Amino acid sequence: MFYRETGQFKTTYQADMAVFPIRQDRIGLAFILLVAFAVIPFVGSDFFISSVMIPFLVFSLAAIGLNILTGYTGLISLGTAAFMGVGAYSCYKLTTFFPGINIIVLILASGLVSAAIGVLFGLPSLRIKGFYLAVATLAAQFFLQWCFVRVPWLFNYNASGAIEVPQRLVFGVPVTGALATPETRYFVCLALVVVLTWFASNLVHGRIGRSWMAVRDMDIAAELMGIRLLNTKLLAFAVSSFYCGVAGAMMIFLWYGGGEAADVFSIRLSFNILFMVIIGGLGSLLGSFFGAAFLASLPTIMKFGLPAIGVPLSGATAEHVTFMLVGALIILFLIVEPHGLARLWQIGKQKLRTWPFPY
Amino acid sequence: MGTLYAIFVDPFMQMGSAPDLLVQTLWEGLVAGVLYALIALGFVLIFKASGVFNFAQGIMVVFAALTLVGLYEKGVPAWIAVFLTLGVMFLLAVTIERVVLRPLVNQPDIILFMATFGITYFLIGFGESLFGGNPKQMIAGELGLPRGAVEVKMLGGFVAFQKIDIAAAVIASAMIAGLAVFFQYTRIGRALRAVADSHKAALSVGISLNQIWVIVWFAAGIVALVTGIMWGARSDVSFALEIVALKALPVLILGGFTSVPGAIVGGLLIGVGEKLGEFYWGPLIGGGIESWLAYFIALAFLLFRPQGLFGDKIIERI
Repeated sequence: MFYRETGQFKTTYQADMAVFPIRQDRIGLAFILLVAFAVIPFVGSDFFISSVMIPFLVFSLAAIGLNILTGYTGLISLGTAAFMGVGAYSCYKLTTFFPGINIIVLILASGLVSAAIGVLFGLPSLRIKGFYLAVATLAAQFFLQWCFVRVPWLFNYNASGAIEVPQRLVFGVPVTGALATPETRYFVCLALVVVLTWFASNLVHGRIGRSWMAVRDMDIAAELMGIRLLNTKLLAFAVSSFYCGVAGAMMIFLWYGGGEAADVFSIRLSFNILFMVIIGGLGSLLGSFFGAAFLASLPTIMKFGLPAIGVPLSGATAEHVTFMLVGALIILFLIVEPHGLARLWQIGKQKLRTWPFPY
Repeated sequence: MGTLYAIFVDPFMQMGSAPDLLVQTLWEGLVAGVLYALIALGFVLIFKASGVFNFAQGIMVVFAALTLVGLYEKGVPAWIAVFLTLGVMFLLAVTIERVVLRPLVNQPDIILFMATFGITYFLIGFGESLFGGNPKQMIAGELGLPRGAVEVKMLGGFVAFQKIDIAAAVIASAMIAGLAVFFQYTRIGRALRAVADSHKAALSVGISLNQIWVIVWFAAGIVALVTGIMWGARSDVSFALEIVALKALPVLILGGFTSVPGAIVGGLLIGVGEKLGEFYWGPLIGGGIESWLAYFIALAFLLFRPQGLFGDKIIERI
């Protein structure tokens, strides 16, 4: 009833090609952004912001990165966590080399380092594809994780092997380090995610995104149509690794605040992000957010939500049950809707458009 | 110059000067390779018959071993526990076929792949809540597996062969031979090969895909149990095995996804290559390279032969 585009005429080509052609969608998006920027930081508790919202944002960004590679270009990667790790460690190195430069610039720059490494490990994708490629990316995962432990230069030769996040100010406000408030960190995360999502949206809706999707659907046909496979695939690896790298740097600098990073960027994290992409919906930016929201919040809900409603669970049992539940939910979602939450959302919207007279 | 010497000359000098050590390393590699090959075998069985890249094979190994030890700890005699575990693996195969595979028929490969991830997670949680997360001792002695080592004097030194490793190699060969006979000479085996060749053609001559899938997953379960026993006898039974099981993936790449001999040869190659690399070249760059060397061997190999050693030639059409 409220969600109907009757009377909204498209008079220009631009209007027809818009990402959000329906006015209600645009209002909804503006509303969500308003809530995210102006309501949550002031209403949400510190706990909610730092253990629900920030992880959600970080994982969303990583999921977008992987979605560009797997969902849009059709190259399965199991090395996401390693590329996130590259971002985190290069951000750490950059802060030691350039202490005076704005930390946000450094976080973005560390994404570029990650992109370079991503291109390097993306080279085999020209020869191999499918599951073979997935295993090839495991080489990146294990090799880079080994580097994080064994190359002391990466963590400045300190004895613990941990990343120490230094304090950095942006416009006189501490953004990283112990003094940074959850709200500031949340703002920085949110701003980065919004800007990068907008950028990704423009990429995937434009010529580059179309060539990615052509490669995904059938790479030989795409090649015959004049798409250069080398450039397209490597660009996908570069952009994907850039997003993952930024997400990794955000993860350590704005969420964890330092620590033993090598264990964080393990193969399990790679799998988790792949789940987010699949459950959210392959080839959908919105799906990346859905998947991240679902999988990032599930452990927290299990840990704190269930005892609250009277189901007593000890820490270990909760962890086991979470594992079982995640496994079962993955299977359930795949059976109910293999195209992910994004498709469910689309179906729901379509129903809403014709509601209450579907015929 | 010094670096080149350290990479290309020195390791071989070491090999030549201490041949007994080389033999020992080769043997260690072969033993590790047998275990990789066994896990890869489970993958190949399922991939051939259903086209599913079964990521859960590693966790099925852990789950089978845990069930066996768990049953024994409950007071079930060792050999009865083995048969009960086989029963559990059969139930698992039936459940997976009913709950996961059947509703997902005809979905893209990646969806089925993800579904096996779901199975993995579920089994991790299920196994941990049933048996606890602590490492357990495998009941190797009770199952009649030998202990201790044989020391053989050769090449101017002693080489130690663990009896359990010899037993593992023998049992693995026997099982592979058994599987080969089963595939080649039985009615079900022929049906399995038919399904591997073409699902549609197999369906059209009246082979029940659902039944075949249960059988194949059960066969993979048996392989998993044997692997679990062997692996558990060498170290402990714990969920750490899951990461080691990922090593089966480069083995698959090397051997090809659809080839049983490929899985075996690939497993042995990866095992030997990894141990040699770690022992002779590892110290040059700080050690611990075992964690990724296998993947690099496989990757380097893929660049020259994208379909693996024994895999079917990839023909692409538009």
